[in-house]
Amino acid sequence: MSTATVPLSYASTNSLSRIARIFVRETRYEFVRALRTRAFSLSVIGFPVMFYLLFGVMNRGEAVHGQMVAKYMLASYAAFGAVGAALFGIGVGLAGERVSGWLELKRASPMPPLAYLAAKCVASVAFGLIIVSILCAVGIFAAGVHVSLTEYVGLLGVSVIGGVPFACMGLLLAMIVPANAAPGIVNLIYLPMSYCGGLWMPISMLPKWLQHAAPWLPTYHLGQLMLWVIGYAQPGEAAMQHVLALTGFALLFLGCAWMAFARADADA
Amino acid sequence: MSAFAEPIAAVLSQSSHISIATDVVASLQAVTKRYRNGVVALDGLSLELQRGEIVALLGPNGAGKSTAVKLMMGLTSATAGVVRIFGADPRFAGNRLRTGVMLQVGRAPEMLRVREHVEIMRGYYPRPLPFAEIVRAAGLEGIEERMFGQLSGGQKQRMLFALALAGDPDLIFLDEPTVGLDIEARRLMWAQIRSLRARGKTVLLTTHYLEEADALADRIAVINKGRMVCAGTSAEVKSMGAGTAASGVSGTGRLPPNMAGVKLLKFETSLTRESLLNLAGVERVESDGARVTVTSSAPELTLRELLALDPKLCGLEVQAPALEDAFLALTSQD
Repeated sequence: MSTATVPLSYASTNSLSRIARIFVRETRYEFVRALRTRAFSLSVIGFPVMFYLLFGVMNRGEAVHGQMVAKYMLASYAAFGAVGAALFGIGVGLAGERVSGWLELKRASPMPPLAYLAAKCVASVAFGLIIVSILCAVGIFAAGVHVSLTEYVGLLGVSVIGGVPFACMGLLLAMIVPANAAPGIVNLIYLPMSYCGGLWMPISMLPKWLQHAAPWLPTYHLGQLMLWVIGYAQPGEAAMQHVLALTGFALLFLGCAWMAFARADADA
Repeated sequence: MSAFAEPIAAVLSQSSHISIATDVVASLQAVTKRYRNGVVALDGLSLELQRGEIVALLGPNGAGKSTAVKLMMGLTSATAGVVRIFGADPRFAGNRLRTGVMLQVGRAPEMLRVREHVEIMRGYYPRPLPFAEIVRAAGLEGIEERMFGQLSGGQKQRMLFALALAGDPDLIFLDEPTVGLDIEARRLMWAQIRSLRARGKTVLLTTHYLEEADALADRIAVINKGRMVCAGTSAEVKSMGAGTAASGVSGTGRLPPNMAGVKLLKFETSLTRESLLNLAGVERVESDGARVTVTSSAPELTLRELLALDPKLCGLEVQAPALEDAFLALTSQD
């Protein structure tokens, strides 16, 4: 790599490939870091799996309105896991790095700012994929659920796309929540939002008024998309509706996060 | 040094005593930074960094040191005035490839190894220093595989220093670099900072340690409440501080021109306080038992008269005023 006489085109591809390498390295280490942080990785993977073992596997063979509870919960806890990975990975992680001054050092460095965000998002998506895979394995081997390859790939796909609005929500929380209170506050939002969105038990088992309120929650729409993959979605609602709703939430959260960031920047 | 009678901003930009280099790497020109809560962190501050020099920004807590650094790194924008880095806006991305930063970071990601942190930072730059060289320069040998969370306070500080060096930048900002270091580690870092200068790098460091500014900096800029109190070489700052302390000059920015070259004379004498005050150049007389400390703005004249008057004078010491005294004198006047 002689630098003295490189033609311009080579120089720009060189810098493009350098930037690509930055993205890859940043993402790899963000994932490794998150995996090594046991408090994060064990709880983010452990909680959905444990809940599924408790409520899904215990109810194997049960059916509500002709839907197998164990299969319903496989999809809904996949959503629960993806939401947790995004909110804790991005929300709590970023809040801590913002307050400790680490984010400022990163911003002062030549790192492309997008690499930082992309790394956090991809790492949280990777956790979502791990969670879906473990849940499917548990469902198949412990709860006797039949999951076709198409369904498995569908759940993975929804986990990736559906993670976006919650990544944006994590960004927003990271900007507005004090870092030392972040884990508590995120839990206070995450758990009720998951319950009311029908991720813990079939939505038809929730009180009627809650069933009506659920569509105002992003968790409901992610849950319904996961359920749509296995053919368990609420009747009369097209998958596209949920995709649009999630897109709306993503834009809303991203817009608010951007405003919070601009505000913090002006105060910096 | 009649230059010091002029407004400080003019003194700084002239920098007549600096002969190392002439090209300006970074500058603040009459910069004011007012936060939205009304706090004025910087008030018309001007500062220039020339290539190949080490400048220390010295001041008490809340003086505006970190704000000045943040402005130059493009992390915040000035309310008024102009900030220039390599002749461009500090937010220009290309600048970042030529700057390295060490900030006061509470906590870096703890579950990454020292090696990983350094490699990530190296990857941001097109032509970074070799890994082994960074490790050696920052004194990280033997702890490359440790997680950041397992490091001692001093080791963490050294790793953050390593991150500032990683890209082999031309301009390096060090915000309180030696906090929490033991003496040996501090001397190692000083040697590294000097070797940066030897390679033509420009360093701006903020510090609480007056000794550090004294030992390292080509120029010291003392700031307080967002304004330049005085600036110059270590010797100049010392004599200005002694001058203000001795003559009780008040008001910032303007200092009497005859205060350069101030020395403290310490000795034992039988002369009275009054006769000492009558000697040429004497600004102040303090006595501690038999031992007397005289502050003189013309030490050679004072000494000549003094020795003629008291042939039995003994225990003579001539000292330059300590930077610490100067610093306290300069920043305590409002």
